[in-house]
Amino acid sequence: MVEFTLNGKKRSSQMSPDTRLLDVLREEFELTGPKEGCGEGECGACSVLVDGKLWNSCITPLGNVRGKNVITLEGFRDSEEYKLLEKCFADAGAVQCGFCIPGMIMASEALLLRKPHPTEDEIREGLSGNLCRCTGYNMIIDAVSMAAEKGAGLW
Amino acid sequence: MKDIGTPVEKKDHRMKMSGRAEYTADMKLKGMLYSSFVRSEVPHALIKSIELPTLPDGYFSVSGEDVPYNHCSCITDEQPVFADKEVMFIGEAILLICGPDKDMVKKLCEETRVIYEELPAVTCLDDATEAAIHYDYKKGDVDAAFSSAASTYSETFRTGYQEQAYLEPQSVVGVWDDKEGKAVLYGSMQCPYYVHSALMHAFKVDESHARVVQEVTGGGFGGKEDFPSLLGCQAVAAAKKSGHPVRIVLNRREDMSVTTKRHPAILKYNVALDDKGHITALKADIRLDSGAYPGLTSVVMQRTLLAASGVYKIDNLYVTGNAMTTNLVNNGAYRGFGAPQAFFAMETLMNHLADKYDMDPLSYRNMHFVKQGDETGTGGKFWHHVPIPEMIAKAEEISDYSRKYKEYAKPQSGRYRKGIGMSIFFHGCGFTGSAEKDFIKSQIKLRKYADDRVEILASNTDMGQGLKTTFSKIASHVLEIPYSQIIIENPDTDRVPNSGPTVASRSLMIDGKLIERAAKKLKDEWIPGKEQEIIENYTENRESVPWDLSKFHGDAYPTFSWGLNVVELQEDTLTGSTDLLGVWGIFDVGKAIDTLIMDGQAQGGMLQGIGYGSMENMESFKGRIRQNSFTDYMIPTAMDTVRNEIVFIDNPYNDGPFGAKGAGELTLVGGAPAYEAAVEQASGKHFSVIPLTPEKILCAD
Repeated sequence: MVEFTLNGKKRSSQMSPDTRLLDVLREEFELTGPKEGCGEGECGACSVLVDGKLWNSCITPLGNVRGKNVITLEGFRDSEEYKLLEKCFADAGAVQCGFCIPGMIMASEALLLRKPHPTEDEIREGLSGNLCRCTGYNMIIDAVSMAAEKGAGLW
Repeated sequence: MKDIGTPVEKKDHRMKMSGRAEYTADMKLKGMLYSSFVRSEVPHALIKSIELPTLPDGYFSVSGEDVPYNHCSCITDEQPVFADKEVMFIGEAILLICGPDKDMVKKLCEETRVIYEELPAVTCLDDATEAAIHYDYKKGDVDAAFSSAASTYSETFRTGYQEQAYLEPQSVVGVWDDKEGKAVLYGSMQCPYYVHSALMHAFKVDESHARVVQEVTGGGFGGKEDFPSLLGCQAVAAAKKSGHPVRIVLNRREDMSVTTKRHPAILKYNVALDDKGHITALKADIRLDSGAYPGLTSVVMQRTLLAASGVYKIDNLYVTGNAMTTNLVNNGAYRGFGAPQAFFAMETLMNHLADKYDMDPLSYRNMHFVKQGDETGTGGKFWHHVPIPEMIAKAEEISDYSRKYKEYAKPQSGRYRKGIGMSIFFHGCGFTGSAEKDFIKSQIKLRKYADDRVEILASNTDMGQGLKTTFSKIASHVLEIPYSQIIIENPDTDRVPNSGPTVASRSLMIDGKLIERAAKKLKDEWIPGKEQEIIENYTENRESVPWDLSKFHGDAYPTFSWGLNVVELQEDTLTGSTDLLGVWGIFDVGKAIDTLIMDGQAQGGMLQGIGYGSMENMESFKGRIRQNSFTDYMIPTAMDTVRNEIVFIDNPYNDGPFGAKGAGELTLVGGAPAYEAAVEQASGKHFSVIPLTPEKILCAD
């Protein structure tokens, strides 16, 4: 049994500790925010926060989050920070097919937690582990930059 | 009222943003089984026998015997749903094993042994001798032009595979409704009615006994044009055999290895020139790697040939195309659909000819541009305004192209050297030829409910390009009712008429126009509080020289969209790597129905185009795709791109809604040649190949 905090609640999973965290989240806890885009830690669509840091859940064994605090998009989407990001992503036109977006949002949150006022280069670096094929990234960069500017005090 | 182009929040923004959008892999149907494929391990062989492990209860093995008509129909139907006697390429599906446990179905596939009798295989385009498809066309007198030429020049260009790399892998869920005898498919796709037709053929059912529902689709770019038809037939066959819904979700490596890609090409160009360097004739001999089964190749190659002479008026042309059969994965649709190969060749050729005559590339191009009223290569006409001059003026203004070109043309020294490149291109809007009139015969419906909300019923899909939003804006704007009062759902063939596939930059221009017309009618007949329905059918009354495919003659397109790209970069001469310094795009898409959505199309398309020209390297070796993961097939990240500037030129087209023309594909076409031109200036070398990887830059003379 592996115990951890998931989206603010104490949870335990009976799945084997070597099960991919992504499968535990999507199948056992029915959290389908995290997506599987590659299964190899390259695309970032499965990104979640583990103790405030950005992890690829597809290459994380369940056992590695024992006692840690895991947050998926479902655990973030009711926050003020999320609401601001939602507005900024809309204003910037940053969402196309949407498949990378749950990961992008978690990457944006991880970045802003670490650096509330990132430079453009820092945003590019912060999102560089998350692939997007639709947008060419700049509109996502704009959205994060807008959120950082408007979100004074939130992060 | 605001201009229609003013951005609005996209219809699906909140759903996608919050993670509530349900993609196919998120679906859970009662009793649903997982599945995994047994695929060919050899490029060409007879299947002698298949040794299956003992299947536990509840597990099924599905083969061609389980498909009433074991052919996947899309243009042609040569390809079997499951290979039964012979495999034609590595990765061809032989069996699908399904059952309740994901790991167990994988294990059962691994334990299955297929015994082959190997046959000779063609695993490289250069070795191919058999053309699956051939077209050619002539204009003027090419032989006379060559015999009177002051000089001639020839060059052979090569372009590689490009993988669509949609972030959501291919995925479907098949269901067999035993009571009704009905094939049902849910999935990630561009063309529900293509899948519908494939199911009707494979399962020998009539149109009311096949149903296809598009789920939220995580990118397509052409990759989900025909492939979901094959996957759909495979899933429904498994559902029919097992009596359970069956899910197929390809993993990334499998997806990259077995799905259709942009056709690799070899393009031999030969030009005749007069004493001033003007091109008097062009011979283009183009070969595409068709893969094992032709699929969409015929229509892809039509576009390659129609783009062969680029945006230039050349009076004498001889263009031939051969799509060669190989024992390699099928190639198919990818944004641009055959045109990017030809534009890369023609634009690079123009740069090399400019060098030959010691001219700058823009002045050399200026001697050749087409203009309104000129004849096309196939005896049609450029009927509408060709905005190349104003696009160039705009490009000069925003990118400072000519000044930078002159500066970087001076001898450069040191490790880092700069270059700037330009490309000019078009995209023929909508289907090639007469397909809209002869085959698609698009129909859309507007349904007004008692609460005065209006639903758009069409089979066009939103795969990220924003179609739900742009369609809704057209209806809302004409009806003068709020955008929120327009409903548009993912298409379900049980509910929506066949308004054609979402391909060829056709949806907004063709079906958007039908929505505009239907909305005008509904507005005239509007009775508050009453249920009403308007049906609108495609009609064609365009000025044109009728298209004749057998002669490859006439107007291939109702109109053209135009584009210009400028790429500025710095090359590290020690490593061959490049850093983009600036990217500019000028596009004429008639009228942008939403400027923000159009900006997104342009930004994403240009980066795909630059990726195609630079880093996206995929090769096959002995019949196997070597780069089948994001580790090996690299697509650009946020750090590989820069700020760019995009300008849209208003050039409204009467037969498009609010003047809109085709837009989605155009944006990809010019990235590769502009990138290559910039690298050539920085490095002082000539190239005739893409992707132009750092290795190729360093190794060139």
